[in-house]
Amino acid sequence: MKEIINFKLNGESTKLDTEGDRMLLWVLRTDLGLTGTKFGCGENLCGACTVVVGKEAVRSCQLPVREIRGKEVTTIEGLAGNGTLHPLQEAFAEHGALQCGFCTPGMIMNAYALLRKNARPTRDQIIQGMDQNLCRCAAHKRIVEAIESVAKKV
Amino acid sequence: MRKDSSGLMEMSQPTPQRLLKRRDFMKLFGGGIIVLFTVDVSDLFGQASRGRAYPTDINAYLRIAEDGEVTVYSGKIEMGQGVITSLAQMAADELGVSLESIHMVLGDTELCPWDMGTFGSMSTRFFGPALRSAAAEAKGVLLELASEQLKTAKDKLSVQNGVVYLTSDKDTRVTFGQLAKGQKITRKLDGKAVTKSVSEFTVMGKPVIRMDGVAKVTGKALYAGDIRLHDMVYARILRPPAHGASLKSADTSAAAKMPGVTVIKEDNLIAVLHPDPEGAEKALASIKAEFDVPKPTVDDKTIFDHLLKSAPQAQERDRKGDLAAGEKSAVSVFENQYVNGYGAHAPIETHTALARFEGGKATVWTSTQTPFPNQQQIAQALGIPPENVRVITPFVGGGFGGKSSAGLQAVEAAKLAKISGKPVQVAWSRAEEFFYDTFRPAAVVKVKSGTDSAGKICLWDYQVYFAGSRSAEQFYEVPHNLIRAYGQWGGGQVKAHLFATGPWRAPGANINVFARESQIDIMAAKAKSDPLEFRLNNTSDKRMRSVLEAAAHRFGWKKAALPSGRGYGIACGIDAGTYVATIAEIQVDKASGKVKVKRIVCAQDMGIVINPDGARMQMEGCMMMGLGYALSEEIRFKGGELLTKNFDTYELPRFSGLPEIEAILVKNDELTPQGGGEPAIVPIGAVIANAIYDAAGVRLFQMPMTPERVKEALKGM
Repeated sequence: MKEIINFKLNGESTKLDTEGDRMLLWVLRTDLGLTGTKFGCGENLCGACTVVVGKEAVRSCQLPVREIRGKEVTTIEGLAGNGTLHPLQEAFAEHGALQCGFCTPGMIMNAYALLRKNARPTRDQIIQGMDQNLCRCAAHKRIVEAIESVAKKV
Repeated sequence: MRKDSSGLMEMSQPTPQRLLKRRDFMKLFGGGIIVLFTVDVSDLFGQASRGRAYPTDINAYLRIAEDGEVTVYSGKIEMGQGVITSLAQMAADELGVSLESIHMVLGDTELCPWDMGTFGSMSTRFFGPALRSAAAEAKGVLLELASEQLKTAKDKLSVQNGVVYLTSDKDTRVTFGQLAKGQKITRKLDGKAVTKSVSEFTVMGKPVIRMDGVAKVTGKALYAGDIRLHDMVYARILRPPAHGASLKSADTSAAAKMPGVTVIKEDNLIAVLHPDPEGAEKALASIKAEFDVPKPTVDDKTIFDHLLKSAPQAQERDRKGDLAAGEKSAVSVFENQYVNGYGAHAPIETHTALARFEGGKATVWTSTQTPFPNQQQIAQALGIPPENVRVITPFVGGGFGGKSSAGLQAVEAAKLAKISGKPVQVAWSRAEEFFYDTFRPAAVVKVKSGTDSAGKICLWDYQVYFAGSRSAEQFYEVPHNLIRAYGQWGGGQVKAHLFATGPWRAPGANINVFARESQIDIMAAKAKSDPLEFRLNNTSDKRMRSVLEAAAHRFGWKKAALPSGRGYGIACGIDAGTYVATIAEIQVDKASGKVKVKRIVCAQDMGIVINPDGARMQMEGCMMMGLGYALSEEIRFKGGELLTKNFDTYELPRFSGLPEIEAILVKNDELTPQGGGEPAIVPIGAVIANAIYDAAGVRLFQMPMTPERVKEALKGM
């Protein structure tokens, strides 16, 4: 059954009129045209679909859209402001912390939530915080370095 | 490179122009300078097996438009390996323009000339030299034009940043755009254009930031699943529970009643379409289907015996001396068998395609390493001529060989689009991705080797089943040598596998190097030698010695007989013309059997390096990805049924397994660029096996070397 769901998406008030049990991932990608958030596994195992709700990194493939009612959702498209890249985006590009780029939005959003909670994580905390995000091209080394470089600047 | 707002660099922009024959390309683009060039690698592949000869007329071309913009057209694709950057570097350097002014169009069968596909670490090796020649040729044309316009001899002119100027007076100048304006010049490459020597490089050989970086960190980079067309629908397709199963009945009546659902039943294709992916998923779940599933006869444990029984005839290579004589001269003979199970490519982007069928023509956006072969497959499936099929390849979310084969999802999308009259997206679920993957085959290697009283290898009798002999070539000096390959990684004529098999990053090479380099260490241990010294003592190959020494130097290798207890492993190999030597340090937790990799150093000689940062990035990726096949990745199955369906049971390397990684490029500017996407992965299985032996004194003969297998080996001590 359709319901009205009001929430904030990348800073903009957004209203959905849809079935509340649909997963946020598909609403973002299909209804809202935000294709930066990716499908990877559908079972909370890879992190490609990570977005930030409030302050938490969440897997949007497992999040019914009714649960974002009244909340603030940030996707990869909302991270850069006014044409300037977020420091994490800049660091990922500069460090070459990506190859095929498919896991990259999820990696960056996960790291974004990580740094919002702990602006100066240790290397071990970064590794632990990123461990549920999979990168098949195996850019792990540079991803850690990119996140470390941002953490140092904060 | 210009980055348009789509982030896609025009790769996916459909244009309504008519379908083109290759020779018509130049007409389409009107003015400017177009250089046609050919790449001939036909001797590398059996052409008959691919069904089509590599073209000798035009393989790719480069255009300088009237506004001075340079566009490179190539049938190669970008899947993370970085060719969008390295090819642009080559063109920019030879032409004398900035990297940013190069525009790349990749993998579009309508705009780009035929290409076999992107695999085998070949883009830089074989496409690269031709691209450089074409750019050099174009620069020659521009210099001729400038010489006329500036009324000066060519040798008095210089080129920089897209401007030709008088060397003695920088203000007397003309831009490429001004020169190209009003021109319609085409040149066919004659091979006479002189490309730059390494010392003249200004863009090549320098580390540059990936040109696709910004698009990929902002989410703007478009992949096949991100293309949106008006009125498009999402398909889910009924799949069998096991390979070899046949459909008995399917009741789709519940699906047909769901709002928005279209049910398609044609031959063996049963699909549901819906404007939302989840709507399609629900409809699929409502289908009641019954299958006949054949009784399982083989599983992931019995597969190796099955393969040995099913082996076809051997193909021989590197026959030297006489094995019997080699065995006679040996003081020690070693006989071992090495195996690995099936492995998945597991790209994070599952196979995905969007197809539109209009006016008898199909346009298909698809995640593929082989757009042109896919064009053929789609045409055949639809019963239309190939020129009526346009395949467009947006960014590919990882391939590793897994997107170079069937293109099944593109065929499915095209068929469904034709039947339904709507644009249809087929995006495989993770379970479908595992089910239809063209696995790295399970394989077996048997080695019998011997050493003489001087510690020299005198016998090498090597038999590999179902992996082919890539990277099995001998670089140790062995007087009595024979390599026999029974079946290739693709399976070939013999139907031994229950699943499709195909190329997996450096196909066959990983088990070959695992077997060879493990065997070398076994001989070194028996001789109470240091494993580095044993290797150096048995090869005079200069490139191999130099990478071994470079890796040892960086690692801080100190001589010790095996097993030293330190957990150091060493292994080396040759792949795609590139030499690699790798040293690792590991720890074995004897209680759990878990292997912790602490450090890996890899030294690589790949000839001239076009993009050092890109090359190191590939090496790092190879080392880390290699830990997966070495330690954890394995497909479980029972008959045709896949027990592995997602990442919970197929364990990819993770951040917590990240060792300290060092990638060293050993300078060799005497040699043209060699492969870079695969070589550094080939020694990883061996280096870990050798390090486990050095740490714990146990030898693992099966990959992946899971905690259970390590524990099992420790028990036998």
